[in-house]
Parts: sequence; structure tokens; C-alpha cells
Amino acid sequence: MATIQVDIVSAEQEIWSGAGTMVFAPGEVGELGIAPGHTPLITRLSPGDVRVIKEDGEEEFIFVSGGILEVQPHVVTVLSDTAVRGHDLDETAALEAKKRAEEKLADSAAEMDYAQAQAELASAIAQIRSIEKLRKLRK
Amino acid sequence: MAGAKEIRTQIKSIGSTRKITKAMEMVAASKMRRAQERMHMARPYAEKMRHVVAHAASANTEYHHAYLAARESVSNVGYIIVSSDRGLCGGLNSNLFRKVVGDMADNHNKGVGINVCVIGKKASAFFKRYGANVVSEVTDLGDTPQLEELIGAVKIMMDDYEEGRIDRLYVVYNNFVNTMTQKPTIEQLIPVVPSEEVETKHHWDYLYEPEAKPIVDTLMDRYIESLVYQSVADNNACEQAARMVAMKAATDNAGKLIDELQLVYNKARQAAITQELSEIVSGAAAV
Repeated sequence: MATIQVDIVSAEQEIWSGAGTMVFAPGEVGELGIAPGHTPLITRLSPGDVRVIKEDGEEEFIFVSGGILEVQPHVVTVLSDTAVRGHDLDETAALEAKKRAEEKLADSAAEMDYAQAQAELASAIAQIRSIEKLRKLRK
Repeated sequence: MAGAKEIRTQIKSIGSTRKITKAMEMVAASKMRRAQERMHMARPYAEKMRHVVAHAASANTEYHHAYLAARESVSNVGYIIVSSDRGLCGGLNSNLFRKVVGDMADNHNKGVGINVCVIGKKASAFFKRYGANVVSEVTDLGDTPQLEELIGAVKIMMDDYEEGRIDRLYVVYNNFVNTMTQKPTIEQLIPVVPSEEVETKHHWDYLYEPEAKPIVDTLMDRYIESLVYQSVADNNACEQAARMVAMKAATDNAGKLIDELQLVYNKARQAAITQELSEIVSGAAAV
């Protein structure tokens, strides 16, 4: 029986890899069934289960929270997202990152930045050292 | 008898410092192994992504994405700077910052504006002090960085590119070569540098469902994100490796210092005994 190689990966790890006789995936425009020898296709996935029917007839369920599905005649690649994504969610995350940066710049006086203090201390110590060295040389 | 007691206290205190650095070294070693694993685990995604993007770019797509075309004039650039949250890792962060500041100065002299996105506390503190235009920031990623936490910061830079506020985007991180070597690296993210592998001319294209534009858009966003995540994972492994090496050096130095002090201490003790003896002897002679 013809099989198709299935690779399911996310940005953080390889989730599942193996051969299957049939793959079902929750495409954005509807459920997709992919058999070996499928035409090259690329689509976005909605959150849901990717089902792989293995050679021994067993089914494998892998949950994906969205992503991209790429089909080549002998390989199916699922590039899974690691989190539920959406335009609005992304937007909120972006705003948060921006706010953090702005706040950091604004309250420079509020709390003494530890890392900064450390850096200043280190440079002060270096200065003292070189002064001491100079003194020794003069003597 | 001068000093013997002080020396003993000093030996003791250096001894406990050595214990701490030794412990930190071992912690860093085990964390490094895990960080390396994470770094390798992220590889397949980036590789698959690269293939798909290369396909999509060379296939006769009717839609060309903005990230694929280089702009002629560069008037602003963006940097995503990846650093560690914690210190005590040798010159890891300072080497990186030195490199990027040099690059920034070059750009500045050419009259190119600079936007910065910082990842990690060290970069945040440094570039605030440096006076760079920090537009977004992520800190406290911890030892297991999650892609989720990076999305927002990266999106700001991508939006900046799309809306023309920057014309080029770089990522700056430490590349993990091996435990002893971490290489500060500046890599161009956008426009996407075509991969070196020569793609044979495709005469086929994907079936896009529903259509090319949204899919290619998503693909590109994910691709850039995965590259940034990869750099964060790399930098994390570098941080642990650098810390391990730095702590090992500290432990060795503490050992050396203790040996030296021990010698001084022994001498001082010996001198005290000799002195006491001679005092007794001369005392007895006087009687």
C-alpha cells in the first residue's frame, strides 16, 4: 500500500514524524483528506486535530493550534503554531512589547536599575585600579 | 603574631566562594545540555520552513511578498538584539554589544536611522544607557524561551518594515559554535537572503487554498519568527556555556588563591613558633 511521509513540527520541537496511508487535517477552508500522490498544495490550518492513519490501520491524533500545511506528492509537512494565533492576539502582544519598552525608558529614575548600577560599579572599580597602578609606578 | 588569624578567615571565605562558583558551574553545565537540545529541536521547523519559503519564492507565484524584495535606498534599519537576562557569563554580552555598536556606528555615520528591539535584561539596560531608539522589549524569558513570548516584539519590527519605517532588519545574537566558542553574529532577516542551495527552476506551483496572498503572508511571518526563536535558543545555549566556562575559571582561580594563602599562612605560623621559641630560650639564658 502506498504511504506518505508525514512530518509535524513546531518552532520549538519536532512533534511527530512517520508514514501514513491517509492524512486528515483541519484546513482553514474545510477538512482536508490527503492520500499519497496528492498534488502540491499549501494551506493554513485552523486549530484542531491532525489525523494520520498509519500503515497498520491505527490512527494517530495530533492536536495543532493552527499553522501551515504543505503537501508534496510524497511528503506532508505540518508547520504547527505553538500557540493559538490570531490577528488581534498578535496585535495585543505587539502593543505589550512596545509598552514595556516605553515604560522602561520613562521610569529611568524610579528604581535603580541593578544591571546599570553593576556596570557603573565595574567601571568605577577599573578606574580605581588603574589609578592605584599609576601611583605604584610613580613610587 | 600578625596576620595568621586574618589569613585563616580569608582562606575560609575564598573556600566558600569556590563552593558557590563550583555549584554554578555544574548548574550551568546541566542547563547547557538542555539548552543545546532545545536548540537542536528547533532546527527541523526552521529547515522545513526554509524549504517551503524557497519553493514559494521560486515557484511562479503571482504574488510577491514584501520581504523578498530588497529596497533600493536604505534610510532606516532595525536590529533585534538577543542577550541574556543574567550576568556572570564572562564577556558574552559585552562582546555582542561591542560588535553591534560598531555596526550601528557605521550606519549612523552613513546617516541611517536605527530602531532597536531588545530581548533580555542585559540588552535592555545597555541600550537604554546607550540611548538607542528602543521600540520594543522582551525580558525574563527564563531558561525555556517560548516562541509565544517573542511574537509581540518581533511583530513590531515586521510592521515597521511593512510600513516603511525601516528598510532592513537584522538579528543580533551569539551563535553557538561549541562549548568554548560563542560567535557574536549579525544576520539579515528582512529582506530575506536567498538561500545558497541552487533551486532548480520550478515549473509547478502549489495549489493555494484559499489563495496565495494570506498564505504567503503567514508563511513569511512564521519564518521570521522561527529565525528569531532560533537565535534566542542559540543565545541561551551560549549563555550557559559561557557561564560554565567563566565559573570554571573562577573556581580554578579560587583554588590557586587558597594554595597561595595556605603557604603564607604556614609561613606565618612557623615564624610565630620560631619567635616564641627564641623568646623562651633567650629568657632562660637571662635567668
